[in-house]
Amino acid sequence: MRHFSLKSLLAGAALVALTATGAIAETVWNRGANGDVQSLDPHKTSTVEEFNIINDLFSGLMTTDAAGNAMPGAATEYKVSADGKVWTFNLRADGMWSDGTPVTAEDFVYSMRRLVTPETGAEYAYLANPILNAEDIIAGKKKPEELGVKAVDAKTFEVTLKAATPYFLELLTHQAMFPVQKANVEKFGNDFVKPGNLVSNGPFILTENVPNDHIKAVKNPKFYDAATVKLDAVNFIPTEDRAAGVKRYKAGEVDSMNDFPTEQLADLRKELGDQIHEAPQLGTYYYIFKFKKAPWDNIKLRNAISMVIDREYIAEKAWAGSMMPAYSLVPPGLAGYTSRMADFAKMDQLDREDAAKKVFSELGISPEKPMKLEIRYNTAEGHKNTAVAVQDMLKPFGFDVSLVTTDGKTHYSYLEEKGDFDLARAGWIADYKDPGTFLDLGHTGFGNNYGEWSNAEFDKLTDAAAVEPDPAKRMQLLSDAEAILVAEQSIMPLLYYANHNIVSPKLKGFVDNVMDKHPSRFISKE
Amino acid sequence: MLRYVLRRLLATIPTLFLIIAISFFLMHVAPGGPFDLEKPLPPEIKANLLRVYNLDQPVWKQFLLYLNSLLHGDFGPSYVLMNFSVNELFQIGLKVSVPLGLSAFFLSLFAGGTLGIIAALGQNGKSDFAVIGLATAGSTIPTYVTAPIIQLVFGLWLKWLPVGGWNDGAIVNLIGPVIVLALPYMAVVARLMRGSMIEALHAHHIRTVRSMGLSDYSIVIRHALRSALLPVLSYAGPAAAGLVTGSLIVETIFGIPGIGRYFIDSALNRDYTVVMGTVVVLALFTIIFNLIVDLLYAWVDPRVRYD
Repeated sequence: MRHFSLKSLLAGAALVALTATGAIAETVWNRGANGDVQSLDPHKTSTVEEFNIINDLFSGLMTTDAAGNAMPGAATEYKVSADGKVWTFNLRADGMWSDGTPVTAEDFVYSMRRLVTPETGAEYAYLANPILNAEDIIAGKKKPEELGVKAVDAKTFEVTLKAATPYFLELLTHQAMFPVQKANVEKFGNDFVKPGNLVSNGPFILTENVPNDHIKAVKNPKFYDAATVKLDAVNFIPTEDRAAGVKRYKAGEVDSMNDFPTEQLADLRKELGDQIHEAPQLGTYYYIFKFKKAPWDNIKLRNAISMVIDREYIAEKAWAGSMMPAYSLVPPGLAGYTSRMADFAKMDQLDREDAAKKVFSELGISPEKPMKLEIRYNTAEGHKNTAVAVQDMLKPFGFDVSLVTTDGKTHYSYLEEKGDFDLARAGWIADYKDPGTFLDLGHTGFGNNYGEWSNAEFDKLTDAAAVEPDPAKRMQLLSDAEAILVAEQSIMPLLYYANHNIVSPKLKGFVDNVMDKHPSRFISKE
Repeated sequence: MLRYVLRRLLATIPTLFLIIAISFFLMHVAPGGPFDLEKPLPPEIKANLLRVYNLDQPVWKQFLLYLNSLLHGDFGPSYVLMNFSVNELFQIGLKVSVPLGLSAFFLSLFAGGTLGIIAALGQNGKSDFAVIGLATAGSTIPTYVTAPIIQLVFGLWLKWLPVGGWNDGAIVNLIGPVIVLALPYMAVVARLMRGSMIEALHAHHIRTVRSMGLSDYSIVIRHALRSALLPVLSYAGPAAAGLVTGSLIVETIFGIPGIGRYFIDSALNRDYTVVMGTVVVLALFTIIFNLIVDLLYAWVDPRVRYD
C-alpha cells in the first residue's frame, strides 16, 4: 500500500513538473481591463471593452486590424451595386467554426435576423438600421424574415440596404454584426456563451469565464489565419480599481492595463516612460443647454457662456491633462471629414471673456444682478471637478451656479425623460468611425438630443447626408451641419476623450488608435 | 431546544417575506432602470428589452412573478452580467466570500479576543494602552486605506504576497484580503473583550478563586472567559453575516470575485434581480448567524435555557 502511494506521489510530482514546464512554454497575454463584460453574446454587448474580448472569439464579415481599421474577415471580397444599396460578400472557402463545420452565408442570415428580432433583446440592434426593413422589425412591425439579407449560396451573402451607407464596412466591424452559429444557439439557448458550449469562428476559443475574476481564451487551431496568431492564450482580467490595476501591472501580474487613474498621469509618465500610451479617442465630452426653456433659447447668451468656459484649464486641472480641449463635436482625425470648430476657438481666452462680458451686460446679467443656473451631472470625480471649474468661471460674470449630482442611472433617465435643467453633462464615444454618429445628437426629435435643440437647416443637411451615395458629398453635408451646431452652442463641446493604456515592453504589436481596439491576434509576447 | 430552533426557523418565513416585499418596492421607487445607459437606447429597443425581462409589467405583477420564481428557487437572470443567472453569480461568489469571510471572522475573534484579554489583565498599563491604541486605529482607518497599503508594502515592495487576484483561492492570495477584512472587526472584538473581561475579573466568584491562589491564566480561561464572552457573542452574529457577504472595497481593490460588490454595483446599475439576491442572502445569513449566537448563549451562560 505504501509502495503504491509513493508511486502515485512520484507520478503526481512528475505531472506537476510537466504542467509547470508547459505553463512556462505557453505564451499568455494577461490583459488588465477596468471592468467586466455584460455578455459574451456578440448581439448583447456594446462597448469597446467588450469588443476587445468578443473580437478575439468571433470574426465578422469585416474584422479589425492592429490599428483599429476595417480589414477583410470572414469575407475575402465584396461587391457593391451602382446605387450603393446591394452588397455581395464572398465568404472564405476555408472559413470554419471551432467545431470544424464551415461558416456559411446562412450563418450570417441567421445572425443578423437574430440581432433585430425583438425577443433577442439586443441593445445595439439599431446598428443594423441601414439594412432594409431592420427598423420595422425592431419596432415589431415586420417579421425578421423580411430583413434585407440573403444567402445566395453557401459562400455568398447578400445585404440590401435602405439607402447607400458609405460607412457600412466600418459598421460590419462592430461586434453586434458578428455571426453566431445557429446550431449552437439552438442547442444551448442563452447558455451558448458558456465555456465549453460556445462555438465561435475567431482566433481564440473561450475556455473560462468567472465574473469579476477572469475570462480565458486559447488559440483556435481552426481559425483561418491561425498560422499568424502568436499567443497561445489571452486572460482578460477585470481590475475595476484602477490604482490597484497599476500596482498589479508593476508587480507583473498583468501585462497591460486599458486605463489608469489619470490623476497619477504625470507621475506615471515619469516612472514608466513609454509604457504609458496616450492617444486621442473618438469621443466628446459636452454640456447641453435646455434649448426649450428661456433664456437658453438665446443663441448669444449660449455662446457667451461657452466662451467664458476655459477648456484648456479644465483639461489641464480637472482632468490632469488626460483630456483635450474641444471646440467641435466631431473629434478631429476622421479620414475624409473636416471637423468644424466654434468661431471663438481662434480667439484667446481674454478676448473671449471681453466679448462675452458685452453680451452679459446687454442682457442685464452682472454680479450685482446674478442669474441662476443649475448644472446637472452624474457622480464622478472628473465630472465634479469640471462642474466646479465651470461654476467658478461663470461666477465673476454674474451667474449664481448650483450643482446637482445624481448617480449615472438617475442622471440619464432624467435626461431621457426630458427633465428640467439649465446645463447638463453628457458624453459620446463613437461605435464606428463616422461623423454621423456624433451629429445625430443634434437632430430634432432624436432620443439623445436631451436639450431638445432644433434647427431646420441642420436637420435638412443631416437628412440629406443620410441618403447621399457619394461619400465626399456626404462628408461635406455633415461638415456643414456641424458648422451650424457649433455656431449655435446649444450642444457645447468641452473636451475630447483620450485613450490611456499601460503596455509592457514585452508585448509587441500594440498600436494606439482612436477606437482603442486591440485584437490579440496581432500581439506577440517575448 | 429542537422545538425552539424549529420555531425560530419558521419565524424566518414571514420575516423574509416582509424584507423581500419592502426591498422590492423600494428598489422600484429609485428612478431609472437597468437599460438607462450613458448611451441611451432608441425607444423601440428599450421597449423590446423591457418586454424580454417582463419589466414592462406593473410593479405588483413583477413582484408576483418574482415571488413565483423565488418559490422555484430561481432568482432570475442578471440584467447586467447577462451570461449568468443570479443563482450562478451567487454560487460562484459565495464560494469565494464564505471562506474569505469566515477566515477573517475567526481571525478577528481569536486575535481580537486575545488582545482584549491582554489589555484587561494589564488594565491601565502599557499593554492596555497599546491595545486600545491599536483598536482605535483598527476601527478608524478605513479599508480603502489599509488595502492599498498592504498591496504596496507586501505585494510591490517586499514581494511576499501577490498584489491582487483570487487565483482559485490560493493561500497567498487570501492573506492580504483576510487581514484587511478582519482589522476593523478585530478592533471591536478587542474593545468588547477588554471591557467584559475587566468586569468579569471583578466578579465575586473570580475574587474567590483568585484568593485560592490560581494563576492568571487559569482564572481567565477556566472561570472568567465564559461570562466575558457574552457581549462578544452578541456582536459576533451580525459581524459574521457582514463578513461572509463580502466587502465591495476589499473585492474591488484586490480583484476578488466575491459577492460583496453586488451589494453596491447592482443597486447603482438597477440590476433588480441581483439587488434582491443580495437582500435575500444577507437576510438569511443574518437570521442564521443570530440563531447560532442565541444557541451559543445557552452553552456559554448556564442561566439561559431554551425549553
